[in-house]
Amino acid sequence: MPDKPKVAFYWCASCGGCEESIVDLAEDILEVAQAVDIVFWPVALDFKRKDVEAMPDGSILATMVNGSIRTSEQEEMAHLLRRKSQILIAYGSCAHMGGVPSLANQFSREQILRYVYEEAPTVVNEQKVRPQPRHQYDGTALTLPEFRGLARSLDQVVEVDYYLPGCPPTPKLLKQAVLTLLSGELPPRGTVLAPDVALCDQCPRKETKPTDLQISEFKRPHWTQIDPEKCFLAQGVVCMGPATRSGCEAQCIQGNMPCTGCFGPTSRVRDQGAKILSALASPISAREPEEIEKILSGIPDPVGTFYRYSLAKSLLRAKVTR
Amino acid sequence: MEDKPITDQLVTSADWEPLVVAFFCNWCTYTAADLAGVSRMGYDHNVRVIRVMCSGRVDPQFVLDAFAHGADGVLIGGCHPGDCHYVEGNYKTLRRYHLLKRVLRDLGIEEGRLRLEWIAASEGEKVAKTINEMVEQVRALGPLRLTRRFKEWDAELASHEAEAQSEEVATHA
Repeated sequence: MPDKPKVAFYWCASCGGCEESIVDLAEDILEVAQAVDIVFWPVALDFKRKDVEAMPDGSILATMVNGSIRTSEQEEMAHLLRRKSQILIAYGSCAHMGGVPSLANQFSREQILRYVYEEAPTVVNEQKVRPQPRHQYDGTALTLPEFRGLARSLDQVVEVDYYLPGCPPTPKLLKQAVLTLLSGELPPRGTVLAPDVALCDQCPRKETKPTDLQISEFKRPHWTQIDPEKCFLAQGVVCMGPATRSGCEAQCIQGNMPCTGCFGPTSRVRDQGAKILSALASPISAREPEEIEKILSGIPDPVGTFYRYSLAKSLLRAKVTR
Repeated sequence: MEDKPITDQLVTSADWEPLVVAFFCNWCTYTAADLAGVSRMGYDHNVRVIRVMCSGRVDPQFVLDAFAHGADGVLIGGCHPGDCHYVEGNYKTLRRYHLLKRVLRDLGIEEGRLRLEWIAASEGEKVAKTINEMVEQVRALGPLRLTRRFKEWDAELASHEAEAQSEEVATHA
Protein backbone atom coordinates (compact mmCIF):
# COMPACT_ATOMS: atom_id res chain seq x y z
CA MET A 1 0.00 0.00 0.00
CA PRO A 2 1.46 3.37 -1.00
CA ASP A 3 2.22 5.94 1.66
CA LYS A 4 -0.60 8.26 2.62
CA PRO A 5 -0.14 11.90 1.55
CA LYS A 6 1.73 13.92 4.17
CA VAL A 7 0.23 17.03 5.75
CA ALA A 8 1.71 19.53 8.21
CA PHE A 9 0.37 22.37 10.36
CA TYR A 10 2.37 25.25 11.80
CA TRP A 11 1.67 28.44 13.71
CA CYS A 12 3.46 31.78 13.64
CA ALA A 13 2.21 35.05 15.24
CA SER A 14 -1.25 33.80 16.11
CA CYS A 15 -3.63 33.35 19.03
CA GLY A 16 -4.19 29.59 18.78
CA GLY A 17 -7.74 29.94 17.45
CA CYS A 18 -6.73 28.47 14.10
CA GLU A 19 -5.41 25.38 15.86
CA GLU A 20 -8.75 25.15 17.68
CA SER A 21 -10.55 25.26 14.38
CA ILE A 22 -8.67 22.15 13.20
CA VAL A 23 -9.75 20.33 16.34
CA ASP A 24 -13.26 21.64 15.68
CA LEU A 25 -13.46 19.19 12.80
CA ALA A 26 -14.66 16.93 15.65
CA GLU A 27 -15.33 13.38 14.39
CA ASP A 28 -14.49 14.48 10.84
CA ILE A 29 -10.88 14.76 11.97
CA LEU A 30 -10.83 10.93 12.04
CA GLU A 31 -11.74 10.89 8.37
CA VAL A 32 -8.93 13.35 7.65
CA ALA A 33 -6.46 11.45 9.83
CA GLN A 34 -7.35 8.27 7.97
CA ALA A 35 -6.67 9.85 4.59
CA VAL A 36 -3.39 11.62 5.44
CA ASP A 37 -0.30 11.35 7.62
CA ILE A 38 0.18 14.38 9.85
CA VAL A 39 3.96 14.73 9.91
CA PHE A 40 4.34 18.01 11.84
CA TRP A 41 1.93 19.83 14.15
CA PRO A 42 3.67 21.43 17.12
CA VAL A 43 0.50 22.15 19.06
CA ALA A 44 -0.57 18.51 19.10
CA LEU A 45 2.24 16.18 18.04
CA ASP A 46 5.79 15.77 19.26
CA PHE A 47 7.75 16.41 16.06
CA LYS A 48 10.57 18.95 16.06
CA ARG A 49 12.06 21.32 13.55
CA LYS A 50 14.95 18.91 12.95
CA ASP A 51 12.44 16.26 11.87
CA VAL A 52 11.15 18.64 9.21
CA GLU A 53 14.70 19.54 8.17
CA ALA A 54 15.42 15.84 7.68
CA MET A 55 12.53 15.38 5.22
CA PRO A 56 13.28 15.51 1.50
CA ASP A 57 12.28 18.77 -0.22
CA GLY A 58 8.71 18.67 -1.55
CA SER A 59 7.87 15.54 0.42
CA ILE A 60 4.92 17.08 2.27
CA LEU A 61 1.81 17.32 0.09
CA ALA A 62 0.40 20.36 1.90
CA THR A 63 1.32 22.55 4.83
CA MET A 64 -1.14 24.93 6.47
CA VAL A 65 0.54 27.84 8.20
CA ASN A 66 -1.47 30.15 10.44
CA GLY A 67 -0.41 33.42 12.05
CA SER A 68 1.33 36.46 10.65
CA ILE A 69 5.12 36.65 10.30
CA ARG A 70 6.70 38.89 12.91
CA THR A 71 10.00 37.28 13.96
CA SER A 72 13.08 35.92 12.22
CA GLU A 73 12.23 32.43 13.47
CA GLN A 74 8.77 32.55 11.89
CA GLU A 75 10.42 33.68 8.67
CA GLU A 76 12.85 30.76 8.77
CA MET A 77 10.05 28.28 9.46
CA ALA A 78 8.03 29.73 6.57
CA HIS A 79 10.99 29.21 4.23
CA LEU A 80 11.68 25.73 5.58
CA LEU A 81 8.07 24.60 5.22
CA ARG A 82 7.84 26.19 1.77
CA ARG A 83 10.80 24.11 0.67
CA LYS A 84 9.48 20.88 2.10
CA SER A 85 5.90 21.28 0.80
CA GLN A 86 4.35 20.91 -2.62
CA ILE A 87 1.47 23.11 -1.56
CA LEU A 88 1.63 25.89 1.02
CA ILE A 89 -1.64 27.21 2.38
CA ALA A 90 -2.04 30.44 4.33
CA TYR A 91 -4.52 29.38 7.00
CA GLY A 92 -6.64 32.04 8.68
CA SER A 93 -6.76 35.85 8.54
CA CYS A 94 -3.27 36.44 9.95
CA ALA A 95 -1.41 34.30 7.42
CA HIS A 96 -3.79 35.50 4.69
CA MET A 97 -3.66 39.28 5.30
CA GLY A 98 -1.60 40.00 8.42
CA GLY A 99 -4.61 39.78 10.70
CA VAL A 100 -5.02 41.52 14.04
CA PRO A 101 -1.25 41.32 14.80
CA SER A 102 -0.60 43.54 11.77
CA LEU A 103 -2.58 46.39 13.36
CA ALA A 104 0.74 46.85 15.18
CA ASN A 105 2.04 48.16 11.84
CA GLN A 106 0.66 51.49 13.03
CA PHE A 107 3.57 51.66 15.48
CA SER A 108 7.33 51.45 15.22
CA ARG A 109 9.31 48.53 16.59
CA GLU A 110 10.70 50.89 19.24
CA GLN A 111 7.23 52.10 20.30
CA ILE A 112 6.02 48.52 20.66
CA LEU A 113 9.04 47.32 22.66
CA ARG A 114 9.02 50.40 24.88
CA TYR A 115 5.35 49.99 25.69
CA VAL A 116 5.46 46.24 26.26
CA TYR A 117 8.65 46.16 28.36
CA GLU A 118 8.51 49.55 30.09
CA GLU A 119 5.26 51.49 29.95
CA ALA A 120 2.42 49.00 30.17
CA PRO A 121 0.63 49.45 33.52
CA THR A 122 1.19 45.82 34.50
CA VAL A 123 4.96 45.94 33.95
CA VAL A 124 7.59 46.49 36.66
CA ASN A 125 10.96 46.83 34.97
CA GLU A 126 13.01 49.51 36.70
CA GLN A 127 16.20 48.65 34.89
CA LYS A 128 14.37 48.80 31.59
CA VAL A 129 15.63 45.37 30.57
CA ARG A 130 14.69 44.30 27.09
CA PRO A 131 15.06 40.89 25.48
CA GLN A 132 18.23 40.63 23.41
CA PRO A 133 18.73 38.40 20.38
CA ARG A 134 22.06 37.23 21.92
CA HIS A 135 23.09 36.91 25.56
CA GLN A 136 25.92 35.25 27.48
CA TYR A 137 24.87 33.45 30.66
CA ASP A 138 27.27 31.30 32.69
CA GLY A 139 29.49 30.92 29.68
CA THR A 140 26.59 29.78 27.51
CA ALA A 141 25.36 31.77 24.51
CA LEU A 142 21.59 32.21 24.60
CA THR A 143 19.64 33.41 21.58
CA LEU A 144 16.17 34.71 20.81
CA PRO A 145 14.57 35.40 17.41
CA GLU A 146 14.76 38.96 16.04
CA PHE A 147 11.59 41.01 16.33
CA ARG A 148 11.00 42.48 12.84
CA GLY A 149 9.92 46.05 12.07
CA LEU A 150 6.63 44.92 10.48
CA ALA A 151 4.09 42.14 10.80
CA ARG A 152 3.61 40.45 7.44
CA SER A 153 1.21 38.09 5.74
CA LEU A 154 2.66 34.72 4.78
CA ASP A 155 2.78 35.65 1.08
CA GLN A 156 4.86 38.72 1.88
CA VAL A 157 7.61 36.31 2.98
CA VAL A 158 7.25 33.18 0.83
CA GLU A 159 5.16 32.08 -2.15
CA VAL A 160 1.74 30.86 -1.14
CA ASP A 161 -0.43 28.50 -3.19
CA TYR A 162 -3.83 28.86 -1.53
CA TYR A 163 -5.58 30.83 1.17
CA LEU A 164 -8.10 29.60 3.71
CA PRO A 165 -9.67 32.78 5.08
CA GLY A 166 -11.28 33.49 8.41
CA CYS A 167 -10.62 34.19 12.05
CA PRO A 168 -10.58 31.24 12.22
CA PRO A 169 -11.56 29.35 9.05
CA THR A 170 -14.65 27.21 9.55
CA PRO A 171 -14.26 23.42 9.90
CA LYS A 172 -16.47 23.14 6.82
CA LEU A 173 -14.04 25.13 4.67
CA LEU A 174 -11.08 23.17 6.08
CA LYS A 175 -12.73 19.85 5.29
CA GLN A 176 -13.57 21.03 1.77
CA ALA A 177 -10.00 22.19 1.27
CA VAL A 178 -8.53 18.86 2.41
CA LEU A 179 -10.91 16.92 0.16
CA THR A 180 -10.03 19.19 -2.78
CA LEU A 181 -6.30 18.62 -2.19
CA LEU A 182 -6.78 14.87 -2.03
CA SER A 183 -8.91 14.84 -5.18
CA GLY A 184 -5.93 16.16 -7.12
CA GLU A 185 -8.16 18.59 -9.00
CA LEU A 186 -6.50 21.76 -7.83
CA PRO A 187 -7.95 25.23 -8.33
CA PRO A 188 -5.71 27.92 -9.93
CA ARG A 189 -2.75 28.92 -7.79
CA GLY A 190 -3.49 31.91 -5.53
CA THR A 191 -7.16 30.99 -5.06
CA VAL A 192 -8.86 31.89 -1.80
CA LEU A 193 -10.73 28.73 -0.89
CA ALA A 194 -14.11 30.34 -0.13
CA PRO A 195 -16.97 31.69 -2.26
CA ASP A 196 -16.03 34.80 -4.26
CA VAL A 197 -19.05 36.93 -3.38
CA ALA A 198 -19.62 39.51 -0.65
CA LEU A 199 -21.12 38.39 2.64
CA CYS A 200 -24.23 40.55 1.98
CA ASP A 201 -25.09 38.10 -0.79
CA GLN A 202 -25.46 35.26 1.72
CA CYS A 203 -26.65 37.32 4.67
CA PRO A 204 -29.87 36.11 6.31
CA ARG A 205 -30.87 39.79 6.67
CA LYS A 206 -30.35 40.53 2.95
CA GLU A 207 -34.04 41.26 2.36
CA THR A 208 -33.98 44.10 4.89
CA LYS A 209 -31.08 45.98 3.27
CA PRO A 210 -32.64 49.07 1.71
CA THR A 211 -31.80 49.68 -1.96
CA ASP A 212 -31.50 53.39 -1.19
CA LEU A 213 -29.51 53.04 2.03
CA GLN A 214 -29.18 56.32 3.96
CA ILE A 215 -26.95 56.62 7.00
CA SER A 216 -27.65 59.56 9.29
CA GLU A 217 -25.76 58.28 12.34
CA PHE A 218 -23.18 55.58 13.10
CA LYS A 219 -23.98 53.64 16.26
CA ARG A 220 -21.53 51.46 18.11
CA PRO A 221 -22.77 47.89 18.71
CA HIS A 222 -22.18 47.93 22.47
CA TRP A 223 -24.21 51.12 22.92
CA THR A 224 -27.12 50.02 20.79
CA GLN A 225 -30.12 47.74 21.07
CA ILE A 226 -29.67 45.87 17.82
CA ASP A 227 -32.76 44.63 16.00
CA PRO A 228 -31.96 40.92 15.36
CA GLU A 229 -33.85 40.83 12.06
CA LYS A 230 -32.76 44.02 10.32
CA CYS A 231 -29.68 44.81 8.19
CA PHE A 232 -26.98 46.32 10.42
CA LEU A 233 -26.23 49.14 7.99
CA ALA A 234 -29.91 50.09 7.95
CA GLN A 235 -29.55 50.45 11.76
CA GLY A 236 -26.43 52.61 11.41
CA VAL A 237 -24.13 49.89 12.80
CA VAL A 238 -20.83 49.50 10.94
CA CYS A 239 -20.90 46.09 9.24
CA MET A 240 -18.04 44.95 6.99
CA GLY A 241 -20.34 42.67 5.01
CA PRO A 242 -20.30 44.68 1.75
CA ALA A 243 -16.47 44.52 1.57
CA THR A 244 -15.99 40.99 2.91
CA ARG A 245 -15.95 37.60 1.24
CA SER A 246 -18.63 35.14 2.27
CA GLY A 247 -18.10 31.54 3.35
CA CYS A 248 -18.37 32.02 7.11
CA GLU A 249 -22.06 31.05 7.10
CA ALA A 250 -22.74 34.49 8.60
CA GLN A 251 -21.95 33.26 12.08
CA CYS A 252 -21.48 36.73 13.61
CA ILE A 253 -24.69 37.97 12.01
CA GLN A 254 -26.53 34.94 13.45
CA GLY A 255 -25.15 35.96 16.85
CA ASN A 256 -26.58 39.47 16.28
CA MET A 257 -23.15 41.06 15.82
CA PRO A 258 -22.01 42.84 12.67
CA CYS A 259 -19.32 41.44 10.36
CA THR A 260 -15.81 42.61 11.23
CA GLY A 261 -14.26 41.48 7.95
CA CYS A 262 -12.12 38.44 8.82
CA PHE A 263 -12.60 36.68 5.47
CA GLY A 264 -10.93 39.55 3.62
CA PRO A 265 -12.11 41.03 0.33
CA THR A 266 -13.33 39.29 -2.81
CA SER A 267 -10.94 38.79 -5.73
CA ARG A 268 -12.07 42.05 -7.38
CA VAL A 269 -10.95 44.17 -4.44
CA ARG A 270 -7.33 44.98 -3.67
CA ASP A 271 -7.79 46.96 -0.44
CA GLN A 272 -10.59 45.88 1.89
CA GLY A 273 -10.43 49.00 4.07
CA ALA A 274 -10.75 51.40 1.15
CA LYS A 275 -13.71 49.40 -0.15
CA ILE A 276 -15.69 49.50 3.10
CA LEU A 277 -14.78 53.18 3.47
CA SER A 278 -16.45 53.75 0.13
CA ALA A 279 -19.47 51.63 1.01
CA LEU A 280 -20.04 53.40 4.35
CA ALA A 281 -19.31 57.00 3.40
CA SER A 282 -21.19 57.18 0.08
CA PRO A 283 -24.70 56.68 1.57
CA ILE A 284 -24.30 59.26 4.35
CA SER A 285 -27.37 61.49 4.32
CA ALA A 286 -25.55 64.84 4.42
CA ARG A 287 -24.15 67.23 1.84
CA GLU A 288 -22.39 69.85 3.92
CA PRO A 289 -18.84 69.18 5.13
CA GLU A 290 -19.71 69.94 8.79
CA GLU A 291 -22.69 67.58 8.80
CA ILE A 292 -20.64 64.89 7.04
CA GLU A 293 -17.87 65.22 9.64
CA LYS A 294 -20.40 65.01 12.45
CA ILE A 295 -21.85 61.75 11.14
CA LEU A 296 -18.38 60.32 10.47
CA SER A 297 -17.34 61.06 14.06
CA GLY A 298 -19.45 57.98 14.91
CA ILE A 299 -16.53 55.91 13.57
CA PRO A 300 -13.80 56.73 16.12
CA ASP A 301 -11.06 54.46 14.72
CA PRO A 302 -11.44 53.96 10.98
CA VAL A 303 -8.08 52.19 10.50
CA GLY A 304 -8.71 49.73 13.33
CA THR A 305 -12.24 49.08 12.10
CA PHE A 306 -11.73 48.89 8.33
CA TYR A 307 -8.35 47.12 8.40
CA ARG A 308 -8.93 44.97 11.47
CA TYR A 309 -7.57 41.86 9.73
CA SER A 310 -5.83 43.24 6.65
CA LEU A 311 -3.46 46.11 7.42
CA ALA A 312 -0.33 44.21 6.33
CA LYS A 313 -1.91 43.44 2.95
CA SER A 314 -3.44 46.89 2.46
CA LEU A 315 -2.05 49.17 -0.23
CA LEU A 316 -0.11 51.25 2.31
CA ARG A 317 0.84 48.18 4.45
CA ALA A 318 1.48 50.23 7.61
CA LYS A 319 1.58 53.72 9.04
CA VAL A 320 4.12 55.16 6.61
CA THR A 321 5.84 57.40 9.18
CA ARG A 322 6.35 55.33 12.30
CA MET B 1 -3.47 48.95 -11.05
CA GLU B 2 -0.01 48.19 -12.34
CA ASP B 3 2.66 46.85 -10.03
CA LYS B 4 5.53 48.82 -11.48
CA PRO B 5 6.54 51.98 -9.58
CA ILE B 6 5.90 55.06 -11.70
CA THR B 7 8.46 57.37 -10.19
CA ASP B 8 11.42 55.32 -9.17
CA GLN B 9 13.90 57.53 -10.93
CA LEU B 10 12.31 60.63 -9.43
CA VAL B 11 12.27 59.54 -5.81
CA THR B 12 15.77 58.12 -5.81
CA SER B 13 17.45 61.08 -7.48
CA ALA B 14 18.74 63.99 -5.47
CA ASP B 15 16.88 66.57 -7.55
CA TRP B 16 13.44 65.31 -6.52
CA GLU B 17 10.44 66.75 -8.26
CA PRO B 18 6.95 66.36 -6.80
CA LEU B 19 4.56 64.12 -8.69
CA VAL B 20 0.84 64.78 -8.42
CA VAL B 21 -1.73 62.36 -9.83
CA ALA B 22 -4.95 64.17 -10.77
CA PHE B 23 -8.31 62.49 -11.34
CA PHE B 24 -10.48 64.88 -13.36
CA CYS B 25 -14.16 64.50 -14.13
CA ASN B 26 -14.89 64.29 -17.86
CA TRP B 27 -17.78 66.78 -17.68
CA CYS B 28 -16.15 69.65 -15.83
CA THR B 29 -12.54 69.66 -14.61
CA TYR B 30 -11.14 67.70 -17.55
CA THR B 31 -12.91 70.02 -19.97
CA ALA B 32 -11.59 72.96 -17.97
CA ALA B 33 -8.07 71.55 -18.25
CA ASP B 34 -8.61 71.34 -22.00
CA LEU B 35 -9.74 74.96 -21.97
CA ALA B 36 -6.63 75.93 -20.01
CA GLY B 37 -4.59 74.19 -22.70
CA VAL B 38 -6.22 75.81 -25.73
CA SER B 39 -6.08 79.16 -23.92
CA ARG B 40 -2.31 78.61 -23.56
CA MET B 41 -2.38 78.92 -19.80
CA GLY B 42 0.72 77.29 -18.40
CA TYR B 43 0.66 75.06 -15.36
CA ASP B 44 3.21 72.90 -13.56
CA HIS B 45 4.11 69.82 -15.53
CA ASN B 46 4.43 67.74 -12.34
CA VAL B 47 0.84 66.65 -12.70
CA ARG B 48 -0.39 63.48 -14.43
CA VAL B 49 -4.04 63.86 -15.34
CA ILE B 50 -6.32 60.83 -15.48
CA ARG B 51 -9.76 61.37 -16.96
CA VAL B 52 -12.66 59.67 -15.21
CA MET B 53 -16.35 59.90 -16.13
CA CYS B 54 -17.24 61.38 -12.74
CA SER B 55 -15.35 62.31 -9.59
CA GLY B 56 -17.64 59.68 -8.05
CA ARG B 57 -15.71 57.08 -10.07
CA VAL B 58 -12.62 57.75 -7.95
CA ASP B 59 -12.53 54.67 -5.77
CA PRO B 60 -10.50 55.36 -2.58
CA GLN B 61 -8.36 52.44 -3.76
CA PHE B 62 -7.22 54.63 -6.71
CA VAL B 63 -5.92 57.25 -4.31
CA LEU B 64 -4.10 54.74 -2.10
CA ASP B 65 -2.72 52.96 -5.15
CA ALA B 66 -1.36 56.23 -6.55
CA PHE B 67 0.47 56.87 -3.27
CA ALA B 68 1.67 53.27 -3.08
CA HIS B 69 3.15 53.57 -6.58
CA GLY B 70 5.08 56.74 -5.92
CA ALA B 71 2.73 59.73 -6.14
CA ASP B 72 3.51 62.54 -3.68
CA GLY B 73 0.05 64.05 -3.93
CA VAL B 74 -3.39 63.27 -5.33
CA LEU B 75 -5.83 65.84 -6.68
CA ILE B 76 -9.48 65.12 -7.44
CA GLY B 77 -11.45 67.56 -9.60
CA GLY B 78 -15.24 67.36 -9.81
CA CYS B 79 -18.34 69.39 -10.67
CA HIS B 80 -19.64 72.04 -8.28
CA PRO B 81 -22.30 70.82 -5.82
CA GLY B 82 -25.61 70.52 -7.64
CA ASP B 83 -23.95 70.30 -11.07
CA CYS B 84 -23.07 66.59 -11.20
CA HIS B 85 -23.86 65.01 -14.56
CA TYR B 86 -24.97 61.95 -12.61
CA VAL B 87 -26.81 64.00 -9.95
CA GLU B 88 -25.12 62.62 -6.79
CA GLY B 89 -21.61 61.51 -7.80
CA ASN B 90 -19.73 64.51 -6.45
CA TYR B 91 -21.53 64.36 -3.09
CA LYS B 92 -20.48 60.73 -2.73
CA THR B 93 -16.92 61.77 -3.48
CA LEU B 94 -17.12 64.53 -0.89
CA ARG B 95 -18.27 62.10 1.82
CA ARG B 96 -15.59 59.55 0.97
CA TYR B 97 -12.97 62.30 0.83
CA HIS B 98 -13.69 63.30 4.44
CA LEU B 99 -13.33 59.74 5.69
CA LEU B 100 -10.33 58.98 3.47
CA LYS B 101 -8.53 62.04 4.85
CA ARG B 102 -8.88 60.63 8.36
CA VAL B 103 -7.59 57.23 7.30
CA LEU B 104 -4.62 58.84 5.53
CA ARG B 105 -3.83 60.96 8.58
CA ASP B 106 -3.93 57.90 10.84
CA LEU B 107 -1.59 56.12 8.44
CA GLY B 108 0.91 58.97 8.47
CA ILE B 109 0.16 60.72 5.17
CA GLU B 110 -0.05 64.49 5.59
CA GLU B 111 -3.35 66.22 4.95
CA GLY B 112 -1.96 68.41 2.16
CA ARG B 113 -1.24 65.42 -0.06
CA LEU B 114 -4.89 64.90 -0.95
CA ARG B 115 -7.13 67.66 -2.25
CA LEU B 116 -10.65 67.78 -3.66
CA GLU B 117 -11.64 70.80 -5.72
CA TRP B 118 -14.83 71.71 -7.58
CA ILE B 119 -13.95 73.13 -11.00
CA ALA B 120 -16.55 73.88 -13.70
CA ALA B 121 -15.92 73.39 -17.44
CA SER B 122 -15.51 77.16 -17.88
CA GLU B 123 -12.89 77.54 -15.12
CA GLY B 124 -9.67 76.88 -17.03
CA GLU B 125 -7.83 79.38 -14.89
CA LYS B 126 -8.87 77.59 -11.71
CA VAL B 127 -7.38 74.35 -13.05
CA ALA B 128 -4.01 76.01 -13.60
CA LYS B 129 -4.15 77.75 -10.21
CA THR B 130 -5.19 74.58 -8.32
CA ILE B 131 -2.50 72.44 -9.95
CA ASN B 132 0.21 75.04 -9.25
CA GLU B 133 -0.89 75.40 -5.63
CA MET B 134 -1.02 71.64 -5.16
CA VAL B 135 2.45 71.12 -6.65
CA GLU B 136 3.89 73.86 -4.42
CA GLN B 137 2.21 72.43 -1.35
CA VAL B 138 3.53 68.95 -2.08
CA ARG B 139 6.98 70.38 -2.81
CA ALA B 140 6.92 72.00 0.64
CA LEU B 141 5.89 68.71 2.27
CA GLY B 142 8.74 66.89 0.51
CA PRO B 143 8.88 63.45 -1.08
CA LEU B 144 6.56 60.71 0.16
CA ARG B 145 8.71 58.00 -1.48
CA LEU B 146 6.46 55.07 -0.69
CA THR B 147 8.03 52.85 -3.34
CA ARG B 148 11.40 53.46 -1.75
CA ARG B 149 10.05 53.11 1.78
CA PHE B 150 8.52 49.74 0.95
CA LYS B 151 11.93 48.55 -0.24
CA GLU B 152 13.55 49.86 2.94
CA TRP B 153 10.97 48.08 5.11
CA ASP B 154 11.66 44.81 3.34
CA ALA B 155 15.44 45.12 3.56
CA GLU B 156 15.18 43.21 6.86
CA LEU B 157 14.07 40.24 4.73
CA ALA B 158 17.02 40.68 2.38
CA SER B 159 18.49 37.20 2.91
CA HIS B 160 15.42 35.70 1.28
CA GLU B 161 15.01 38.33 -1.39
CA ALA B 162 14.18 35.99 -4.27
CA GLU B 163 11.14 34.56 -2.54
CA ALA B 164 9.96 37.90 -1.23
CA GLN B 165 9.53 39.22 -4.77
CA SER B 166 6.49 37.07 -5.28
CA GLU B 167 4.54 39.06 -2.70
CA GLU B 168 1.21 40.64 -3.48
CA VAL B 169 0.71 38.82 -6.76
CA ALA B 170 -2.02 36.54 -5.55
CA THR B 171 -4.73 38.98 -4.48
CA HIS B 172 -3.91 41.78 -6.88
CA ALA B 173 -7.02 42.71 -8.85
